[in-house]
Amino acid sequence: MYDVVIIGAGVSGCAIARELSRFQLKILVLEKEPDVCEGTSKANSGIVHAGYDAKPGTLKARLNVEGSRKMEALSKELDFPYRRNGSLVLCFDEKDRDKLFVLKERGETNGVEGIRIVERQELLELEPNVGDAAVAALYAPLGGIVCPFGLNIALAENAAVNGAEFVFEAEVQEIEKRREGYLVRTSKQDYETKVVVNAAGVYADQMHNMVSGMKMKITPRRGEYLLYDKNVGGIVSHTLFQLPTELGKGILVTPTVHGNLLTGPTAQDVPGKEETDTSREGLERITERAALSIKEIPCRQVITSFAGLRAHITEFSGKETGDFVIGEAADAPGFIDVAGIESPGLSCAPATGEYVAHMVKEILHPQKKENFISTRKGIPSIALASDEERHRLIKENPAYGNVVCRCETVTEGEILDAIRRPLGARTTDGVKRRTRAGMGRCQAGFCNPKVVEILARELQVEKSQIRKSGEGSWYILPPEEGGSL
Amino acid sequence: MVYPAPGGRRKPVKTADLVVVGGGPAGMAAALAAYEKGIKDILILERDGELGGILNQCIHNGFGLHTFQEELTGPEYAVRYIDLMEEKKLPHLLNTMVVDVQGGDSCMVTAMNKELGMFQIKAKAVVLAMGCRERSRGAMNIPGYRPAGIYSAGTAQRYVNIEGRMPGREAVILGSGDIGLIMARRMTLQGAKVKMVAEIMPYSGGLKRNIVQCLDDFGIPLKLSHTVTEIHGKERVEGVTVSRVDEHLNPVSGTEQFVKCDTLLLSCGLIPENELSREAGALMDEVTQGPVVNDRLETTVRGIFACGNVLHVHDLVDNVSKEAKAAGEFAADYILYGQREWGEAVRPKIPAKTKCTLPEDRDTGSQLICIGCPVGCLITARRKEDGSFDISGNTCGKGEAYARSEMMAPVRTVTSMIRVEGGFGQVVPVKTKSEIPKGKIRECMEEIKGTVVKAPVRVGDVLIQGVAGTSISVIATGNVGAV
Repeated sequence: MYDVVIIGAGVSGCAIARELSRFQLKILVLEKEPDVCEGTSKANSGIVHAGYDAKPGTLKARLNVEGSRKMEALSKELDFPYRRNGSLVLCFDEKDRDKLFVLKERGETNGVEGIRIVERQELLELEPNVGDAAVAALYAPLGGIVCPFGLNIALAENAAVNGAEFVFEAEVQEIEKRREGYLVRTSKQDYETKVVVNAAGVYADQMHNMVSGMKMKITPRRGEYLLYDKNVGGIVSHTLFQLPTELGKGILVTPTVHGNLLTGPTAQDVPGKEETDTSREGLERITERAALSIKEIPCRQVITSFAGLRAHITEFSGKETGDFVIGEAADAPGFIDVAGIESPGLSCAPATGEYVAHMVKEILHPQKKENFISTRKGIPSIALASDEERHRLIKENPAYGNVVCRCETVTEGEILDAIRRPLGARTTDGVKRRTRAGMGRCQAGFCNPKVVEILARELQVEKSQIRKSGEGSWYILPPEEGGSL
Repeated sequence: MVYPAPGGRRKPVKTADLVVVGGGPAGMAAALAAYEKGIKDILILERDGELGGILNQCIHNGFGLHTFQEELTGPEYAVRYIDLMEEKKLPHLLNTMVVDVQGGDSCMVTAMNKELGMFQIKAKAVVLAMGCRERSRGAMNIPGYRPAGIYSAGTAQRYVNIEGRMPGREAVILGSGDIGLIMARRMTLQGAKVKMVAEIMPYSGGLKRNIVQCLDDFGIPLKLSHTVTEIHGKERVEGVTVSRVDEHLNPVSGTEQFVKCDTLLLSCGLIPENELSREAGALMDEVTQGPVVNDRLETTVRGIFACGNVLHVHDLVDNVSKEAKAAGEFAADYILYGQREWGEAVRPKIPAKTKCTLPEDRDTGSQLICIGCPVGCLITARRKEDGSFDISGNTCGKGEAYARSEMMAPVRTVTSMIRVEGGFGQVVPVKTKSEIPKGKIRECMEEIKGTVVKAPVRVGDVLIQGVAGTSISVIATGNVGAV
């Protein structure tokens, strides 16, 4: 019997698992996909919001401000890329100026430090490529950017090192209330547990409705993005938001923590929970709207587009809450929802982990672990290392001298690390999110066959068994089919 | 230049008169040319595990007509240069990635590999010959899902021709450049079904002869003014939507057609790989997407020369070799006689983009496209009452011979690969030594697929004698050393 079963290995689930792994608890994380960070956590803006956006008094506001404050220390503790680049909410019309003040007040009420209004001249100094129409902006120096994969993977690895178990490709099909706790039936096997934490992203409503009569409905809200080559990543240095206008909610333009440029997201409600496809209209809309924020959108430098789904709760007990739903379900003791984690869910994650862990502690009263390992070291990055560091690493392990992904300068050594670590990569997407191999301008054109080969060698399977991600995402046919082998 | 080494172990520093970045056709030709001019201290740095670059996976024929006056496959063309390199004992480092190039009175190249770690080479001159890469799906902004099964044509070509593995069963190819056309044939020969080649332009960017021998021969439809407007399938490609485009290349709504397939190959253009050139500070040319050079192929950074696909994307490898030879010679002159005034920027002559359309209402009974060379003459051939032929439209004797054979008994050269045991590679590229009857292609492929040979294999080795009941043998077009 487990003490806690966490459903979902996204950033919230893994943050909770990591916090709980500080205690003497038997923890299991169930994930329907083959890796951590496969849902909403992998396809978002990668922004650590300062916290002026959420309505005061909401969980979103509280956890955002807390999460944002914790992020820097956590990034050092767990070694993932994070940078405080500051954010600007751009105002394009004098008559919208009061909206900036509303935001500023809201931020101050929420406890966001250092926010102020900047006028066009100062705005230009902060951001020389800002669009001509921008008249003023709300400046939040504490806004930041984070690698969403890096954060999610670091939390998961650290939880695993501290004893949390992870089972992948285990889809939760049924949850039964037992006299003590719950029985969680999955596509792999059944698990008994005292407490269930429902961090199932866009599927959290389905999980919730299995045990609670207070019905929940999540309508995925799709957000599409465009990612640009690193050679235009320096066009902006801050994250540029837009004040909502008559034309709708704004599109952001931001550098990523790895130096690319990112624009998006759109917002469109979709019926399906797997509809992460992009659309012509969506991508055109991003370019059109982003053009307000900067002088020139480098359209020819786009290297990929993607879409993620926000877990937006459209109905809970008959109403739209507009906030996260985090807490024990009223009619299902020991079943804790972490639902509706849309923006700013990524920023909140460090705080969400503590917040939910506290709830679990109240139920189970666990003892602290004496030997909790609080730090984690990431995979060395050859791309970011100095020449001296590179030389030292290669001398230690020659595999760091074999460049596999030429666009992002990722070596065989890093890919081997990614596979051999706790919760190591099993798919090319897993390798990509841990090392950036295939994330560059050629989008894995050159390195895909090499990464497939390394994965097959390490996992000791035939190359046709290597997948991009989920079941059925094979790259090449078995040897007996078609080829000459 | 003295490299600062605070604290860390000092990197080894080598010297050479000339460093060539890239061991493909451009790099090898440049190095050999400089050697002939008297520069003996040369070092070639190649990121892959062998010399030859992309030629190694271009196992089809059609290379070398200008350089060697004969038609060779890619690996054969490469081997000619590799053999010369060995003969002259030109040193090269494989699996070596150049990470930085600096020009000036003395140039500095920073590179890394497993054996040496990070190291630097002080050189008098540098030739950049890194080649190009393919445009990816993302760069074209094709909407839809992001499943496995979307490959650039070159990636698929690597899987098929180097690893002997198939990337799918049913394919749609977007883009009718030569790589796309060649891969349509290649996938078909290996047993895949190529549903169509879609081309957004109203003409093909490939050679006429490739449309004939890669598509027409196998009944693969070429859909001009069509593009892929959506990709379906969450994990693996399950199909694509193909739409007609208007004269502004915008998809016409109502023309969408779902095509079931598990593979989408992209052959949508090549981009010179100039990250090193940019970081070296070379001025770039927006048009060619290569560095700006003068009439001596010298970039705007002193001592750094450029040639091949890094300079601009070439149609023919023969032209790459020619340009690279010149670059090697200019670099040698620079090393021997010193710097001259830079002079004026000269944009390399880029051949007009092929805009290939086969005459639509062509009477295929009497009108033929010659596949003898890249020109692709439209030949009219009629059999006269006395049995002789009336042939017109050809511009050389080859055309006449082609028309005659095409009317009587059409023949083709088959290129493929054969499985190798006990070698460094899994497969060796092969070709029929001369053309075989068109009707025998399938039988020939079956025999090729059923054959296994033992390493070592050398170019020219006969691997199948008298294939498909003909007197023609299948010979190796590449080398595979024994383990």
